[in-house]
Amino acid sequence: MKIAVCIKQVPDASTVRFDKEKGTLVREGVESVINPFDYNAIEAGLALKDQVGGEVSVLTMGPPQAQDAIREAISLGVDNGIVVSDRAFAGADTLATTYTLAKAINKLGEFDLVICGKQAVDGDTAQVGPGLAVRLGIPCVTCVDELEVLEDGRKLRLKRMCEQGYDIVEVELPALITVLASLNTPRVPSLKGKMRAKKTDIPMLSAEDIGAETSKVGLAGSPTQVATTTVPTFDAKREMLEGEPEEQVDALIGKLKEAGIL
Amino acid sequence: MSKVNYFLTEEQEMIVDLTRQITEEKIIPVRAELDRNEAFPWDIMKDLAQADLFALYIPEEYGGLGGGTMENCLAVEQLARGCIAVTTTFAASALGGYPILLFGTDEQKQKYLPDVAAGKKLVAFGLTEANAGSDAAGIQCTAVEDGDYWVLNGTKQWITSGGEAEIYTIIAMTDRNKGARGATAFIVEKGDEGFSFGKKEKKMGLRASSTRELVFNDCRIPKDRILGRRGQGFIIAMRTLDLARPGIGAIGVGLAQAALDESVKYARQRVQFGQPIISFQAIQHMLADMATSIEAARALVYAVARTIDAGEKNFSKLSAMAKLFPTDVAMKVTTDAVQILGGYGYMQDYPVEKMMRDAKILQIYEGTNQIQRNVIGQALNKEYAKVG
Repeated sequence: MKIAVCIKQVPDASTVRFDKEKGTLVREGVESVINPFDYNAIEAGLALKDQVGGEVSVLTMGPPQAQDAIREAISLGVDNGIVVSDRAFAGADTLATTYTLAKAINKLGEFDLVICGKQAVDGDTAQVGPGLAVRLGIPCVTCVDELEVLEDGRKLRLKRMCEQGYDIVEVELPALITVLASLNTPRVPSLKGKMRAKKTDIPMLSAEDIGAETSKVGLAGSPTQVATTTVPTFDAKREMLEGEPEEQVDALIGKLKEAGIL
Repeated sequence: MSKVNYFLTEEQEMIVDLTRQITEEKIIPVRAELDRNEAFPWDIMKDLAQADLFALYIPEEYGGLGGGTMENCLAVEQLARGCIAVTTTFAASALGGYPILLFGTDEQKQKYLPDVAAGKKLVAFGLTEANAGSDAAGIQCTAVEDGDYWVLNGTKQWITSGGEAEIYTIIAMTDRNKGARGATAFIVEKGDEGFSFGKKEKKMGLRASSTRELVFNDCRIPKDRILGRRGQGFIIAMRTLDLARPGIGAIGVGLAQAALDESVKYARQRVQFGQPIISFQAIQHMLADMATSIEAARALVYAVARTIDAGEKNFSKLSAMAKLFPTDVAMKVTTDAVQILGGYGYMQDYPVEKMMRDAKILQIYEGTNQIQRNVIGQALNKEYAKVG
């Protein structure tokens, strides 16, 4: 099975800080990590390879330091990876991102399966997976929670989480799936993988390399206009209720009545 | 944080990074539960296998990475920051594998080591018996030749990974009247006729590791399972332990470091008399002594490991030192950590009580620290006799 996994480098959520004046993330001194859901996407690809054989490629769009993310993926066991990187890609919204990724995937060749994490924890849109499937003209199954290979890898049976429960669907390949953290437990890197990652050259492809039109990438290709961003403040009054659960419930009802809500 | 530069190679740094990651992500979150349930850490063994760590010390021709004592020490030091029961389970497989590596025929190495390197099979080392602890020459297990077979009888006691390992390297008496020179080493496989497991021990610490009896009742194994020559068993056991001891020292360093980390963290946030307790000299001096002794222990372990890897042949004294000092440090430091955390330290809600319970075994297993002092003392006596 030929598998492509799309990953994104995001600021480490445990060290991220906000500039309250500007309403932006403080990027200085913040470590970049692979988006948490993307570890599950990588693991899904590696587990499929373990099961049915094949090759797992990983790709990301980002600045040159996104090579670190690809190296980490290689240390986990993926076969190869590329960074799609160009100044023209800066400021891309999800429409421009899916265009760029689709161009890159087409450049790399044909894939039976494209795997993405459910969403990136910085933008939280969950749009890139489905958008990419549209661009590639393949079916998309989001929020996959369980995965089973059917018919020697020509089909997948997937359990996907939805608002009111689960769907169980079968999909013929090629297809794109986005995965949940509950799908699997990502493996640890291996020493051999780490050594290979260190030595491997990570190709960097530009807009020209993937044949992307500059009007469709980056800020130029992004209809999304960010009007303002604000840092949420947590200044609501808080009060911790104490005592046994029954006492706390009584106290809570009292408070709600007092506030005229009940 | 100011750190001593031990001039690690790029590969060695990778080993440290990887084992630290496994410790933080896979071991620390489950260590209390493993300890409580005395649960064998199979999931973590699989992670260590996936990470190629069982391949560390095995030569490349047998599917390994060709690392040495230093690489092993770096790995177990980091793992021991998480849990030494898990680390001991990992390290015991190397202890069991060394006799094959050091004295096995090429056929034996080809047969056993690739599966060990891949982490598919654990190895256990069977030397200790009820009446043969420090006095290993008192072994009562016997092996008798019978045509194309050896027939083993007797019971081994307190064998780490007993019942869980697939491969066992066993020391048994083949010529009882020759004393230590009458011992021979064998490879026994789980499933061999007449080989079974006795009771699983209940322990003070190290509870996630399996410690069991191995019972040989007319256990018949093919002739080619002998390791080395007949009568070489005692030497095989001693060479194996010499090679493994710096690793136990490294486990002591890792455990002590973890206890220090917890102690400083706690002392910085625990407020008494209106200030964090780390502002009191009584606490500062304890922490200073802990940190200094840990660094000294680490330096000793690394120096001895590198000496062994550089090809030194006569290293019994050095490896005894590299086991003795860091494990005594680990006992002292973990005890002081409980003291610094006070009442909280004595509670199971904090990790230091487990660390203190676990630390005690380091002064006992793989040769008690009294035996290490014997080894060092006897070596000094010999060395100075030569000096004249």
